[in-house]
Amino acid sequence: MATENPLNQFVIERLIPIHIGGVDASFTNAALLMTLAVVVVTGFIMLTMRNAALVPNRWQSVTEMFYEFVADMVETNAGHGSAPYFPFIFTLFAFILLGNLLGLIPYSYTFTGQIIVTFALAITVFIGVTIIGIVRHGFHFLRLFVPQGVPIVLLVLLVPIEILSYCIRPFTLSIRLFANMMAGHTMLAIFAGFVAVLGIAGVLPLAVDVALVLLELLVAVLQAYVFAILATLYLADALHLH
Amino acid sequence: MDLASAKMIGAGIACIALVGAGIGIGNVFAALINSLARNPAAQVTPFAFLGFALAEATGLFGLAIAFLILFVF
Repeated sequence: MATENPLNQFVIERLIPIHIGGVDASFTNAALLMTLAVVVVTGFIMLTMRNAALVPNRWQSVTEMFYEFVADMVETNAGHGSAPYFPFIFTLFAFILLGNLLGLIPYSYTFTGQIIVTFALAITVFIGVTIIGIVRHGFHFLRLFVPQGVPIVLLVLLVPIEILSYCIRPFTLSIRLFANMMAGHTMLAIFAGFVAVLGIAGVLPLAVDVALVLLELLVAVLQAYVFAILATLYLADALHLH
Repeated sequence: MDLASAKMIGAGIACIALVGAGIGIGNVFAALINSLARNPAAQVTPFAFLGFALAEATGLFGLAIAFLILFVF
């Protein structure tokens, strides 16, 4: 294959090598983009809300709409008692959204295309939600695994399935985001690789790439939303035990 | 069969997963059009896009495997 390997865009480079003991704690391009995502979202919210007025101007209403969108989602899906966990969901949503969107800028880096990043986020949600459930309901938390109104005979079959489907949650949650970002960006790189090779007919893959960037924009927003809403639904399970 | 051709065949087989994603996404939007045609006031579009994202992800698992076979191993 004449073109560059399309997966090279996910290679982690050490920008500032730092070694503490035997641990490689270098500041990488992934770390740079994560820092950038946090700085951008924090800076945006602080700048737009600095002179907050009762009647918001355009920038302030962007922040307020974003806030209300997430607040609405948490309120409708997790119901009462979910307010203390709203900041976490909001942070999660903003972080993943900015990660996906900044990754779409050419020559930048998509840290959500790394399985370890998404897995760390997902396992945090999973462990946190399980602890919340156990603290709130104690031993009754196990009722989550027992569907109501089911004959005893079927329970023998259903309880292991419920337990299994609970335990694979962090994996499906992380792989969904990772696979979307990885496949999307690889697809962009593959079509971009055709452009130079085909000469004048390279306009066609270029057009496909433009369309794919639009699709990726949709997917970037959608996957951040899906991650946040699934985290909210898992939280709702732990709070109310369906 | 040598390794290179086996990789190509494997990547092709992995892409079959996209059949399911195609059917799923088609179903989601067919249902959306159906419900909006019956009741234009229905507030179902956000759920349709949620369903679209979930259905698309399952196909991308297969596509990701195909890319991994082709470019990593």
